[in-house]
Amino acid sequence: MNLSDIRAHFPILRREVHGRPLVYLDNAATTQKPQAVMDALVDYYGGYNSNVHRGVHQLSQEATDAFEKVRLQLQAHVNAAHSHEIIFTKGTTDSLNLVAHGFRSMLSKGDEILVTQLEHHSNLVPWQMLAQHSGATLKYVSMDGQGALNMEDFHAQLTAKTKILAFNHISNALGTINPVKAMAAAAHALGAVVVVDGAQALPHSAIDVQDLDVDFYAGSAHKMYGPTGIGLLYGKTSWLEKLPPYQGGGEMIAEVAMEKSSYAGLPHKFEAGTPNIAGVIGWGAAIQWMHSVGMDQIEAHEHELLQYGTALLEAIPGVKIYGKAPKKAAVLSFNVAGLHPYDVGTLLDQMGIAVRTGQHCTQPIMDEFGIPGTIRASLAAYTSKEDLDALARALEKAIALLS
Amino acid sequence: METIAQREAEIIEEFSFFDDWMDKYEHLIALGKELPALSASLKVESNQIKGCQSQVWLHATLEDGGIRFEADADAIITRGMIALLLRPVQGQPPSAVAAFEFGFLDPLGLTAHLSPTRANGLLSMVKQIRLYGVAFQAKRG
Repeated sequence: MNLSDIRAHFPILRREVHGRPLVYLDNAATTQKPQAVMDALVDYYGGYNSNVHRGVHQLSQEATDAFEKVRLQLQAHVNAAHSHEIIFTKGTTDSLNLVAHGFRSMLSKGDEILVTQLEHHSNLVPWQMLAQHSGATLKYVSMDGQGALNMEDFHAQLTAKTKILAFNHISNALGTINPVKAMAAAAHALGAVVVVDGAQALPHSAIDVQDLDVDFYAGSAHKMYGPTGIGLLYGKTSWLEKLPPYQGGGEMIAEVAMEKSSYAGLPHKFEAGTPNIAGVIGWGAAIQWMHSVGMDQIEAHEHELLQYGTALLEAIPGVKIYGKAPKKAAVLSFNVAGLHPYDVGTLLDQMGIAVRTGQHCTQPIMDEFGIPGTIRASLAAYTSKEDLDALARALEKAIALLS
Repeated sequence: METIAQREAEIIEEFSFFDDWMDKYEHLIALGKELPALSASLKVESNQIKGCQSQVWLHATLEDGGIRFEADADAIITRGMIALLLRPVQGQPPSAVAAFEFGFLDPLGLTAHLSPTRANGLLSMVKQIRLYGVAFQAKRG
C-alpha cells in the first residue's frame, strides 16, 4: 500500500481545523481510525449485536465467534503461546492496575519494585499504590541526558530484593526504545517478575512476547488504529493462574454460592461483566488493517519520517529536541529557546497542526530536564513528509509571532 | 469610573478590527508582554493556580471600595489572556466582580482558552476572581 492509499482509509484526514487542512501529529495520544474499523462497529451494532458467551441463540453465537476471533488475532499479533493468555481490559492503565493489584498479597516489607524515570504516570502510580499497600519499596532506574535508561544504574538497582520490574517498551514522551529482552533476562536471573507497558510499541512494530520473554505486556487498542476503551493484558499462563481476580461479577465465576464462588478459568477469571464487545470487534478490524499495510512497512515508514522530521526541526534556530536515544521511535519532543511550549502549541493549533504540549503525564522526565513541558509531534503510518513540512513552516511562523 | 459593561464593550470594539487569527494573537501576545510582572514577594505558592500546561499567579487587595488584582503567568499567551480578563474587573466593587460572567470572550472567539481541557489555569483564575469578589463583599458586610 502506498501512502496516499493508506491516507485514503482515514476520513478524518480530509477535514479542516480553523479553516486549514488538519495536520494530525498527536498519534502517541491516540491514532485516527481507518474506515474498516468504523464499518466493523456499525456491522456489529446493525447486524449481530448481542451479549457474548451467554445465549444459545444465533446472534449471541455470531457475536461470541467474532469476539473470540479477535483474541486469536491478538495472540498471533503478539505471538503469545496460548489464546487464554490474552486478557481484554479497558486499556493499558487498566491492565497495569490489574497486575499491580494482583500482587498486593504477594509482596511485603523488604521487597522492592523497580520502575524507571521514563514511565508514564500509568506505569508509576499503580506501583506507588502497591508499595504503599504492601510496605514494599519503590526504586527508580535513572535516565541519561539523551533520554536512554542508564543501564549501569539498572544493574546496580536490580537485586535479589527486586520482586517486580516494570517499565515501558517505548517512552511516550521521548520515544526511547528500551532493551526489553536484555532487561527481562537480567530480572529473571534474579527472580523478578517483568511487567512491560507496551502502549507505544504495539502501534509501531511487530511484538513477540515469547522472544522478549516478558511475564506481562500491556497495550491499548486506541493507540493502534482501534476504538477507545479496550486494551489487552498479555500474561504468561503460570502468572495469570497465580494472580487473584481483579474484579468480581458475571462471567468470571464457575460456581456461585452465597458465601463463596469458585472462579472461572483463564481468560474469563479476569473479564468480569459484559465486555466492550464492539470495541474488541473494531480492534480486530484495526489489527487486520495494520497487517494489510504490513508491520515492517509501518516501522520503516515511521523511522524514515522520524529522521526527516528531526533534520527539519533541528534546522530551525532555537529548536532543541529532547530524547535522542540511539534507539528511538517516531516521537519528536522539543522546545524552542525562550518560548513556553503552551504558547507554541496554541499557535500551532491555530494553523491546523495538532500536537501535544505539556508534561505528557511524565513529570519525572520533565523535572529531570528542568522544563515545564515539551511540544510533542508523534507520527503514525499515515503521516506524510508534507505533514512535517507543514509543522516546520507553522513552527517558524509561531516563533516569529512570539519573539 | 467606567462600569464593567462599558469596559467589555470597549474590548469587543478593539478586537473587531482584527481580520484574522494572526492579528488577534499578535495583539494578545503584545498584551502579554506589556502585563507588569508580579513582584517576587507575591509570586508565592498561596497565590499560585496550578495548571497542567501553564502556571498562573493571582493576588487581590481591596482599595477604596474596589478590588485591585495583580496576576502573572509563565506563558505569554496566558499572560495576554490575564491582561484581558483583568481589564473589566480591575478596581470594580466586589459585588460587581462576584457577579461577572466574562461573557465578552465569546464574541472575541477566545472562549476556548477557558476550556477545562486547556488546563492552563485560566478557568481556575476566573473562578478565583469571582471568589475574591464574594469574599471582599462579605468582609465589608
